[in-house]
Amino acid sequence: MSRAFKPKVVTANDLLSGEAVYQTEADTWSPLHSQAELLTDEADAQLRLLHAQGQPDRVVGPYLADAEPGADGPEPVHFREAFRTRGPSNYAHGKQETAQS
Amino acid sequence: MYRYTDFDDAFLRERNRQFRGQVERRIDGSLTEDEFKPLRLMNGLYLQLHAYMLRVAIPYGTVSSAQMRQLAVIAERWDKGYGHFTTRQNIQFNWPKLRNVPDMLDALAEVGLHAIQTSGNTVRNVTADHFAAAAEDEIEDPRPYAELLRQWSTDHPEFQFLPRKFKIAITGSSNDRAVTKAHDIGLRMVRRGDETGFEVIVGGGLGRTPMIGKVVRDFLPKADLLPYVEAILAVYNLLGRRDNKYKARIKITVHEEGLERIRELVEAEFARIRQAYTGANQALLADIAQSFAPPVWQAKPVAAYEEARRDPVFRAWADTNLTAHKQGDHAIVTISLKAHGATPGDATADQMRVMADLADEYGYGELRISHEQNVVLPHVARADLPALHARLQQAGLGTANIGLLSDIIACPGMDYCALATARSIPVAQEIATRFEELKLEHEIGPLKIKISGCINACGHHHVGHIGILGLDRAGVENYQITLGGDGTEDAAIGERAGPGFAYDEIVPALERLLLAYLDIREGEEETFLMAYRRLGVAPFKAALYPAEAKRDAA
Ligand code: HEM
Ligand code: SF4
Repeated sequence: MSRAFKPKVVTANDLLSGEAVYQTEADTWSPLHSQAELLTDEADAQLRLLHAQGQPDRVVGPYLADAEPGADGPEPVHFREAFRTRGPSNYAHGKQETAQS
Repeated sequence: MYRYTDFDDAFLRERNRQFRGQVERRIDGSLTEDEFKPLRLMNGLYLQLHAYMLRVAIPYGTVSSAQMRQLAVIAERWDKGYGHFTTRQNIQFNWPKLRNVPDMLDALAEVGLHAIQTSGNTVRNVTADHFAAAAEDEIEDPRPYAELLRQWSTDHPEFQFLPRKFKIAITGSSNDRAVTKAHDIGLRMVRRGDETGFEVIVGGGLGRTPMIGKVVRDFLPKADLLPYVEAILAVYNLLGRRDNKYKARIKITVHEEGLERIRELVEAEFARIRQAYTGANQALLADIAQSFAPPVWQAKPVAAYEEARRDPVFRAWADTNLTAHKQGDHAIVTISLKAHGATPGDATADQMRVMADLADEYGYGELRISHEQNVVLPHVARADLPALHARLQQAGLGTANIGLLSDIIACPGMDYCALATARSIPVAQEIATRFEELKLEHEIGPLKIKISGCINACGHHHVGHIGILGLDRAGVENYQITLGGDGTEDAAIGERAGPGFAYDEIVPALERLLLAYLDIREGEEETFLMAYRRLGVAPFKAALYPAEAKRDAA
């Protein structure tokens, strides 16, 4: 019995700032998880990951992370990925800062 | 204080120039991340969850006021106005931009600091007792030996490709404040008759296989330090397991081969190479020692200090944050970076400047970073303590909690670290806040809580009286408690108490544990660790897991 493929997003860190970024359908990188392209097909996900790996001048360490559809776009599944969408919990730094502006 | 020679300065400048070029080539795409990563790590630059992180070495934890001011400048100009002091006597900047890192390194070099981690499988920065040259119980300042080891091991041709990284810690006192038994080599200065030498401990370490180091030589004359350390490294270089990264540290070599065999081999090697040591290293040591010469002590009457002790706030601080100094009219001041609810080890740029100013005004211009993530003014005249304390309070640095429950070590955990399996900082914050509400920490007395966000154990949880290890259990943060660990000369690895706790259960669990301790201790004199050693794990387990305890009793 093969396991059903869990939907994924392609995520990485921005080369210059180190910030967590997500690959969009329009082939850009967004700081917002909700704007990520949700990949529901395994072969497609691998292709999109390869595509990301071909942009070493833009991002560092791209990988596939589990995600699920939400009201405003894809949402993270694992708590590590949820933290990456916000920033640290001890200060309102990272995306928590930029989100307010 | 030790100053870099012109040679070191030139080396640093050249190294920074090279790294600037490497960063440019990374940004313009001519270096891939695979090519760049080892280069950035060599220069202390990591990529964490939300940003890059720059780790700056503070050799033997000693910083001058000028260096501290420069750290403040860096925090303001290129970070978010603060820095994080760590258990490895480093400072970390959590938000640098890749483009700015070469400028940060140049700014560090201006004051003789650097981010070179001597990364790789080499001898790392030698750590030392943060009370060196000040502690009343000290035999001799260990830092000249640390510096001698640094110079000798840097670029030593034979030891650039050891089986794994190699950490040495040294203390000049029989009370071990440098956790020497949790290092690959620990050196503890001891007396035998009128001679002083080192007790040499080998094979300690934390991480996924924690081990307490074993005494391989109970007395080594000081002059034999380098040939003996070289003999240990040579034996390890030959026997250390290069086939498996998780078995490559010397602790595993010692464990697998047995202490007896290691000792035989080391002694044989030592006997062989010792003749080749001509004594040049002793001349170098004498040179180095001169730059660690103590300041000219200013004698001041201590009456003002005695007078100030009538103020209960001052007295509470003096009782926890001061340590006896070699000079009776001086004291060692530990400045707590653990205000209740704050991030352990963080200091703002303003606080760094205040500490630098206070070091100049009252502390002979010298500061230390402790592995317990606090800052130390090693030499302060007792007469100046009331004024110093007032200034610390104004800057939010007057917390009176050194050695108490809220003086928690916590690694960065999943708020920053890419390797983490759970958060550690907010756990520390919540524990400190809760016990401050309960007003219990002074009653509980000496207690070391240490928290790591994964099995790498950067937060030293194995040697915490109460250790907390954050794990990922099926996609949820889960915290395992260990009890009875100890990082001093009586080092011990803590014992797992039982199943882990969910994030919101961990503070209530500690509350039950410590209330139980208050109930069962024989008196105020019996610390948590002493009670644990007397009673064993059972009563503490019962407090942590009341449902199970009830079931067992039924
Ligand atoms: C965020 C970046 C960090 C990374 C990637 C990292 C990585 C590691 C790894 C992989 C180990 C295990 C080594 C082994 O067992 O062979 C380790 C051990 C250790 N780290 Fe970290 N660490 C980080 C931050 C820190 C911080 C902030 C501190 C100080 C607070 C620290 C202090 C230590 C100590 C004391 C050990 C255990 C000593 C030993 O047995 O080697 N690390 N670290
Ligand atoms: S213990 Fe783990 S989580 Fe904590 S700093 Fe070390 S590697 Fe990161």
